[in-house]
Amino acid sequence: MRSMFLKNVHVVDPVASRNGRFDILIEGGKVTRVGRDLAVNDATVVELPASCLVTPGLIDIHVHLREPGQEHKETIATGTASAVAGGFTAVACMPNTDPVNDHASVTEFIMKRAAEAGLARVYPIGAVSVGSKGEQLTEIGDLRSAGCVAISDDGRPVATALLMRRALEYATMFGIPVIDHCEDPSLKADGVAHEGPVAAMLGLKGLAGAAESIIVERDISVAEMVGGHVHVAHMSARQSLRAVQTGKDRGIKVTSEVTPHHFVLTDEALRWHGGYDTNTKMNPPLREEVYRVAMIEGLRDGSIDVIATDHAPHHSDEKALEFDRAPFGIVGLETAVPLCLDRLVHAGVIGLPRFVELLSANPARVLGLPGGTIAEGGPADLTVLSPDTDVTVHAASLVSKSKNTPFDGWTLKGAVAATIVGGRTVFVNPQLPEVARAFSGK
Amino acid sequence: MTTATALKSRHLLGIEELDAGEIELILETSLAMKEVAGRAIKKVPTLRGRTVVNLFFESSTRTRMSFELAEKRLSADTLGMTTVGSSVSKGETLTDTARTIEAMAPDMIVMRHASSGAPHQLARVCKASIINAGDGTHEHPTQALLDAFTIKERKGRIAGLRVAIVGDLLHSRVLRSNLYLLTKMGASVVVCGPATLIPPGLETLGVEVTTRLDAAVSGADVVMMLRVQHERMHGLFLPSVREYFTLFGLTPERMRLAAEDAIVMHPGPMNRGVEIDSAVADGRWSVILEQVANGVAVRMAVLYLLAGGEET
Repeated sequence: MRSMFLKNVHVVDPVASRNGRFDILIEGGKVTRVGRDLAVNDATVVELPASCLVTPGLIDIHVHLREPGQEHKETIATGTASAVAGGFTAVACMPNTDPVNDHASVTEFIMKRAAEAGLARVYPIGAVSVGSKGEQLTEIGDLRSAGCVAISDDGRPVATALLMRRALEYATMFGIPVIDHCEDPSLKADGVAHEGPVAAMLGLKGLAGAAESIIVERDISVAEMVGGHVHVAHMSARQSLRAVQTGKDRGIKVTSEVTPHHFVLTDEALRWHGGYDTNTKMNPPLREEVYRVAMIEGLRDGSIDVIATDHAPHHSDEKALEFDRAPFGIVGLETAVPLCLDRLVHAGVIGLPRFVELLSANPARVLGLPGGTIAEGGPADLTVLSPDTDVTVHAASLVSKSKNTPFDGWTLKGAVAATIVGGRTVFVNPQLPEVARAFSGK
Repeated sequence: MTTATALKSRHLLGIEELDAGEIELILETSLAMKEVAGRAIKKVPTLRGRTVVNLFFESSTRTRMSFELAEKRLSADTLGMTTVGSSVSKGETLTDTARTIEAMAPDMIVMRHASSGAPHQLARVCKASIINAGDGTHEHPTQALLDAFTIKERKGRIAGLRVAIVGDLLHSRVLRSNLYLLTKMGASVVVCGPATLIPPGLETLGVEVTTRLDAAVSGADVVMMLRVQHERMHGLFLPSVREYFTLFGLTPERMRLAAEDAIVMHPGPMNRGVEIDSAVADGRWSVILEQVANGVAVRMAVLYLLAGGEET
């Protein structure tokens, strides 16, 4: 592999306290030098347009790659292609495949497929319980050895307080977090939309914010009792955010993530385009404005740790059903960066360093992954952004195998220019020919 | 308010999409249609050569019969398909079903479905006019229109009347359509039901919400009762039929709190002794059978207006 010299690029890396112009030398898949006015050896010199900036590789800690078992929705190859097109150099994939990733053999299969694809790094998340049925702990030690970086029964909550207790106790031996899809099954019942005036008038069964926060509070109480690290997946309710904030204040190791759709959209989207567009159906559901604003505040004030997409591909046939029968979820890998840059950075909610914290540094910290900063000796996983370039989302042109997005036709300010994984340029935005030229060394 | 001269949409998906002028147009047209029912030969050639498909994904006797009669009186060619459950139970998507029906080139599709929004989803892919004959717990627009027609026939107006709507508010599509219609037409609405069956946010529509039946009925010009499904009666929504009738059953004693000339309505089918006492259902207040008769006229008016409002 040729070495690469990124010359005088705008680097935003809060972990290394860098926000300015630096040279980066990449050799053997690693970053070997970061500094000013470095000497060029025989490396390919890349001179990016001045409007571009370079961040540590973005990491999405909540995606569904669907393989094994649901390859009609997504495969590890198409999902990681979608990831790098969205600027993500690494993803952590949830275990609710078929079979469930509750055994090292499944984890090994995922790792093998990811290596064959050779695009984004893939960090599997193992199941908490066998079959995610909530009855018996998985062989967490084995899962960890095979490559799992966390455990979760995502798609479902960790079934009981006792299972949460045992999972937290056991997982501490391996230093990995328990990620919970927090939802009280009895309150959720057959709800399909946020419980509020919009669902009430659309005649859709409600899914209250408290269904989430009750389990968040349970998990925090259990973590207070036995220790361990609880990570709240796709947080959407302001009550949950309050619980997480007070948990952190009490010194409990609790972290949380929020998805772009929960801080961009509200349940008013369920009325768009004549109403009942199943691409506005996800779990947790799009909630009222006060909830959206609470998530924005949590992103601003630092109490939310991570932005993750909950990338949930579904085939168009599955989404072409009645609203209450269609599956929950939307794809998110390719829209996350434009949404975050447009709605958070350009909107003045957060600055670029905080953007990098939410999408790279903290995801790496929460799951204990390499990366999250551009460090000498660290992996050469870098994301190149063109924050002032307008992007128009075309669902049909998404790289992901599935096209279930509510953002079709949206124009947003902020593009991914290129994605570098282990020193290899795995994606260059075809809309930006000057970036492609820079990487070809011409 | 000015009566509209035509409907803006080629579909009737809900009352939410209509304005007061369009509602008035449907009510005035219904009056002309009602006259047909009084003739010896109850049939006009208005929709001759037009095809109407009655697509019922949920069992229905009254609404389906009412639509069929309306279609036949307008001389439309009708065909019906009743299939309980979703398209998906046959391995089809909702869109497949729509395209299959569409291939037969109907002019209009009258659709009943257990899922809220199903007709709205179908309307996005169909060339035919869609008439919503009830979608899940969302809307039942022709029911609200026939209720309005009946109120207007009895009271001469809707604006300024006090209307109480009582029963299972959470699961009622009749409620939602009536809330839109009555508030658009200037009635003052109070809704009443057990706290477990009140959806959130009704106040935002400018209606009064109460759990006390006496308060709701007091001074009411119209009392509209909603059906309470038997499956809600034992379990977590309600403890028993007995307690429901005690708290929310409409009795002659309670009707004495209403306006002297108050009317009582019910979309049917009634649960006698559950939400309504037979002495009320069959008493001087009741206009329940008039509602059924008016339903045919109102549905004729809707079919006629959506077909373009022209003689063919």
